[in-house]
Amino acid sequence: MSGYESWGRFPRATPRAVVPIRWRDEPPSLADLPGPLLPYARGRSYGDSCLNDGGTVLDVNGLARFIAFDADRGLLRAEAGVGFDAILNLIVPRGWFLPVTPGTKFVSIGGAIANDVHGKNHHRAGTFGCHVTQLELLRSDGTRLVCSPTANAELFQATIGGLGLTGVILWAEIALKPIPGPQIELRASRFGRLEDFFALSEAADADDEYTAGWIDGMSRGRRLGRGVFLGGNHARGDGTWRGAHPSRLRLPMDVPEWVLNPLSIRVFNEVQYAVLGRKSARAFAGYESFFYPLDVVHNWNRAYGKRGFLQYQCVVPFDDGLAVVREILDRIAASRSAYFVVGKVFGSIRSPGMLSFPRRGVTLAVDIPNRGPEIFALLDAIDALVIEARGAVYPAKDARMSPRSFEAFYPQWAAFARHVDPAFSSSFWRRVTAGLGASDGVPAKAQATAPSAPASVAGAGGPSAATAAAGALGGGA
Amino acid sequence: MTAERVLVAGATSAIAAAVARRYAEAGADLVLAARDAGKLSAVADDLRVRGTGRVETFVIDMVDTARQAELLAAAQAALGRIDVVLVAWGTLPDQAAIEHDVAATLACWEANATSVVAFLAQAADVLEAQRGGCLAVITSVAGVRGRRANYTYGAAKAGVIAFAQGLRARLFAAGVAVVELRPGPVDTPMTARLRKGPLFIGPERAGALIVGAIRRRRDIAYIPGYWRWIMLAVALVPEGVMKRLNLSAG
Repeated sequence: MSGYESWGRFPRATPRAVVPIRWRDEPPSLADLPGPLLPYARGRSYGDSCLNDGGTVLDVNGLARFIAFDADRGLLRAEAGVGFDAILNLIVPRGWFLPVTPGTKFVSIGGAIANDVHGKNHHRAGTFGCHVTQLELLRSDGTRLVCSPTANAELFQATIGGLGLTGVILWAEIALKPIPGPQIELRASRFGRLEDFFALSEAADADDEYTAGWIDGMSRGRRLGRGVFLGGNHARGDGTWRGAHPSRLRLPMDVPEWVLNPLSIRVFNEVQYAVLGRKSARAFAGYESFFYPLDVVHNWNRAYGKRGFLQYQCVVPFDDGLAVVREILDRIAASRSAYFVVGKVFGSIRSPGMLSFPRRGVTLAVDIPNRGPEIFALLDAIDALVIEARGAVYPAKDARMSPRSFEAFYPQWAAFARHVDPAFSSSFWRRVTAGLGASDGVPAKAQATAPSAPASVAGAGGPSAATAAAGALGGGA
Repeated sequence: MTAERVLVAGATSAIAAAVARRYAEAGADLVLAARDAGKLSAVADDLRVRGTGRVETFVIDMVDTARQAELLAAAQAALGRIDVVLVAWGTLPDQAAIEHDVAATLACWEANATSVVAFLAQAADVLEAQRGGCLAVITSVAGVRGRRANYTYGAAKAGVIAFAQGLRARLFAAGVAVVELRPGPVDTPMTARLRKGPLFIGPERAGALIVGAIRRRRDIAYIPGYWRWIMLAVALVPEGVMKRLNLSAG
């Protein structure tokens, strides 16, 4: 059962069975399958939210058909396994764009909903879930429910950001955004201090539809929090619709772990800082190189070697955001292990999703090679800072948060759990709810689906997740 | 590729749907035929979104040879001239499960040989009369040599291969191409129960190669091309050795 791994390639998991779903009108009888169940598409979640160790993976990649496209109103209905890459190929030449996109186009629409992904325009557009007009959910009892903000509204809210636990999304309809052309006008500017990043973000919120910053993850002291700020807007068409650039590069093997070491990472960060924002530069870029720079190397996750890597993304509210962000960055820099650090100021648009991660505040995303226990201790310590600041950590990227942290980040989890399909679960869900529950009014059945070995490794599953604005910027070098 | 007029018989198979998707994206007008109305409309809706041409559907069990003429008439009515006919239906039964079951053996022949030959014969008349076009039929590397693992299926495909060869020679004079496509194993619902080896390709890749072979009017195309050399080697194995082997792929 190879091929059902998560993007961080940690933890590893082995599903007991893989069952494809190929036709939206003739799905298999879920009640007859050995549970617990979890949908899986592209496997772009970093941690274990798309894994289902010992359970049955429902592979929805066969649900890859468009259903309807209203090119006048910008409404697109597609099966859940349709990728953002296919959607872009269809809509960009016709003057439309995804309302929200993460840092890779290799996610499915179902995974984007299940992780309620966000992008560089969060301050303007909120999360992907804000633009879902309706979806159809298949539950394990065989019922199929069309859910929208007005029909089956609670299940709709639970499914957005619901990590694939509320049933299988068979199709969804999204509202697209009109664009004047395929190009992005972008500007990059260097900042020497964290304060300047906040100032730049605040100023850009009014001017720029897309904003994010790359932050040097190795510098401490006076240079702590320096980086390059990136702002972008859709540009007027130049008349030439450029097709998708091919993303054919593949790493033929796992890169040996010694390649990414404190020195090479330091050099990378120095070069990035020196080159990227030499001055306040303006430029035009194709939308692919602006949003999806890392997609050029199809399996860049293998750069982290066979032990894989952890991605950590947290958000902390503004109130004391600066002090906490400074503290977090300093701990990361002290650990000398961060490759990409990406920052973004989230806006205040609320997602309909019950368990959604984005909220008003500052978010940081970090890739960290899996070098063992000291990394886990570091992230536990950062969790504590985030809890204290009343922030949260992103489930789609998590492989290690404790149940107590999860409960602190998502106090609404018990209310969400009431909408979890009794036959569905994931390695993530078993891990973060282990030991919680009984007293919190979680339905007994949700507990019953949790197998006895939640400890570490998990199986495959989960909707094709997506990632955040994160990777995109980091790869801009 | 200029906008073409294409009839796909067996359009809900994974390979056929991938082929149809490419034609749709190139602006082709399509008539799609398949047994299951729900699946057929799912495929058709997808092609309508992707393409700009017409997409018509025709619900038919292609094994029902009595209705095949009806399909051809409908396709002619919808498309006018037919540039490409793709014959893409078939079944891959589990050899071990059917080898002591005469009814199942004959059903395999019905689905993969008899009904295909019947349709090829009628489609040939249509294309011959319009003096042009391409008759493309998906066979299999399994038809190149009978093997222990799938000889009922392989023999049916071998029948189609020989039929197509003769038809090609007949239609040559009328300017009609007969393109016979021999895929190796493709990862589709039809092969779901087989163990996936390194030689498996995805239906999208198979679809792209098939469209290319049709465009170039290839007489015989292995999908992908390296199967030509594999099957050449397999064909050279003496029967005395072959009977002791149990080659699995395809």
